[in-house]
Amino acid sequence: MSEPTGIEQSNLPNLHVDWYEAAWIRVSLFMMVIFLLAVIAASTAFGIQVPGAYSRIKPDEIMAPGSPFADPGLRELAPGKYEVYIRAATWSFTPSEIRIPVGSTITFYITSLDVQHGFKIMDTNINMMVLPGQISTLTTIFDKPGTYNLICHEYCGAANATIGHHTMYGQLFVEETPPSQ
Amino acid sequence: MSVQAMPALPMAVTPTPTPLTKADLAIVDWLTGWNIGIGIGALTIGLALGVLQGLEHAGIDLYPQLMPVLKSYYQGLTIHGVLNALVWTTFFICGFFTYAFVRSLNRPLRYPRINVVALVIMGVGLLLAAFPLLANMATVLYTFYPPLQAHWTFYLGLALVVVGSWTVGYGFYFTYWAWRKENPGVRTPFIALATLITMVLWQICTLGVAVEILGFLLPWSLGWIGGTDPLLDRSLFWFFGHPLVYFWLLPAYVSWYAMLPAQTNGKMFSEPLARLVFWLFLLFSTPVGFHHQYTDPGIPQGWKFLHMILTYGVGFPSLLTAFTVVASLELGARARGGKGWLGWITKLNWGDPSYAAQNLAMILFIFGGIGGLTNASYNVNLAVHNTTWIPGHFHLTVGSATTLTFFGICYWLVPALTGKRLFSTRLALGQAWSWFFGMLLFSNGYHMLGLEYGAPRRTMLGATPYASPEWTPFLMETLVGVGLLTISATLFFVVIFGTVLLGRKLKSPVEMPIAEPLDPTPAPAWLDNWGPWLYGTVALIILSYGPMFFQLFSDMQLLWPGKQVWPR
Repeated sequence: MSEPTGIEQSNLPNLHVDWYEAAWIRVSLFMMVIFLLAVIAASTAFGIQVPGAYSRIKPDEIMAPGSPFADPGLRELAPGKYEVYIRAATWSFTPSEIRIPVGSTITFYITSLDVQHGFKIMDTNINMMVLPGQISTLTTIFDKPGTYNLICHEYCGAANATIGHHTMYGQLFVEETPPSQ
Repeated sequence: MSVQAMPALPMAVTPTPTPLTKADLAIVDWLTGWNIGIGIGALTIGLALGVLQGLEHAGIDLYPQLMPVLKSYYQGLTIHGVLNALVWTTFFICGFFTYAFVRSLNRPLRYPRINVVALVIMGVGLLLAAFPLLANMATVLYTFYPPLQAHWTFYLGLALVVVGSWTVGYGFYFTYWAWRKENPGVRTPFIALATLITMVLWQICTLGVAVEILGFLLPWSLGWIGGTDPLLDRSLFWFFGHPLVYFWLLPAYVSWYAMLPAQTNGKMFSEPLARLVFWLFLLFSTPVGFHHQYTDPGIPQGWKFLHMILTYGVGFPSLLTAFTVVASLELGARARGGKGWLGWITKLNWGDPSYAAQNLAMILFIFGGIGGLTNASYNVNLAVHNTTWIPGHFHLTVGSATTLTFFGICYWLVPALTGKRLFSTRLALGQAWSWFFGMLLFSNGYHMLGLEYGAPRRTMLGATPYASPEWTPFLMETLVGVGLLTISATLFFVVIFGTVLLGRKLKSPVEMPIAEPLDPTPAPAWLDNWGPWLYGTVALIILSYGPMFFQLFSDMQLLWPGKQVWPR
């Protein structure tokens, strides 16, 4: 505007676009393309995925005999490879404590018995909604030993100030592998 | 040049334009006054509860002291969300739009009674929803996700507020058709067009929440159906939930594009592009809802990815806005003697609280927009989903870009409606700046807590066993922010009530600011033609949502009974 460089005819019929404005439009579109490419790279090359469609579940199926949610907990599938089934209900996770050795790959399966809950493990990419009628699943690798809080991050009611959504959490302990003999 | 070849219109009779009389304006101003009054009334309660939320997070829980009135933090949070995000915004927007639409079109409402009925429907809806909220029978937060189940009056009340706001739009559509017949070939004035596009966008997107409430939640809360399907209901909610933010934002854009430049001696830099921006919002606002469901089970990743691309699409018109609005303001600043690359900024009309509030709202929205693009970015969202980052983000958007802009609009609109001088320019300026700094601190603290420590949103952070001492500095930062915001909110109410009750009579009436376009050439005809844009919008919604909704409805299992698991 301070430097009038004339008005450039854009491709849009009869729509006058100022030179600087046209440049800004190009910058904006370029930026969007870069963001898109970055997300594609992160989700494919680095494998950072969001939950998808896994399986539905009916209320009477959760606790039925043979259902992995009837007897939830950690199972070792192969050395360093685990799966864990978790039940979310007002206002706790079952199990609420999980122990795995450092370097493990672990797949979480989680569903809700009553209302909507959330499931987030601090300092990881594990972040899922937990809905009645659906099983949420994500996989991650724990490279660093330590204690990780797993918290409910969707409002799910409360009994009072000491028990409720705000106290619904569990812990995951990533333990140093004992030195081999 | 854009000399349009105007086809000779076959119709022989053009009705004579209907003049806008004082009596017509009196009805409009009456409607606007009631809408804005109810909105501000709701906001008074909503903001007061926000203070309690902030204090609780800092470890000062005042809810036990409020015991018979409010039963819990979560009841307060629900009322805070419903009143601020749904009631204040919807009522203010309907009032502001009615005022601006009629003046922009320069034609009386075709059937003013429709708009009076609309106000009554919205008012009844608000009263119906207020009852269970205050009686602790709807502590389900403003997203009311089932199986949490509120009293049926909550759902019916919300539905009526939405239906009332549709009816406001119907009043506009009839008026527009009448105007169109009287003015063949004339471009719709910008403000009228932008208002209509926003109301049509609202009409389309609220179909999602209407189906959710009327088809499922209301009959379920009345016991007519035994269960509900949480994923289907969430998906219907978010069909509405994201365009809702454009319903909040676009009225602010109307002011930024077409009014604010006039308040600082500027002109609309490129009026046709502003029209294009509104059409793009119509096109892209709705088919983006799955970006609120990235972490949901049951929605395949491909659909989430598609909605991410479309969400970037809806980010684009906001980027255009950033340039065009700033260019319009710069024209004004240079006309006021501004010089240099950045020095012109100091010459903007900072002494006018209406201007200052809206410009500060824009600056906060820059951060809101950047955060929004982060949230939209598929797997990046995993780092912040449902953490305090999210309320940090939307307090910059609906809580600042929208609300602070609406405050700024009030500073000319309330004098215009009452014929009284603004109670105090200095207090109003103090209000704008304290909101700006308060929200900067508040939202920065919330963003950091969410990103760095994963602190969850919608949670009594003062009572969590997993709270960490590392959170304290950021919680204190938000507390300082809340303090400034409390001062700011108090100043706003002092200025508004002072103007209405104590304001001195204005010597000359305040007029709605309308910015002239820099280039008076009329916009191309394709930017004033509803057909292609509406067909495109519907087609895009069907493509991006159709197959998934077909599947969700085919798979529907109404199995989950309602729960009232909140402190009684």
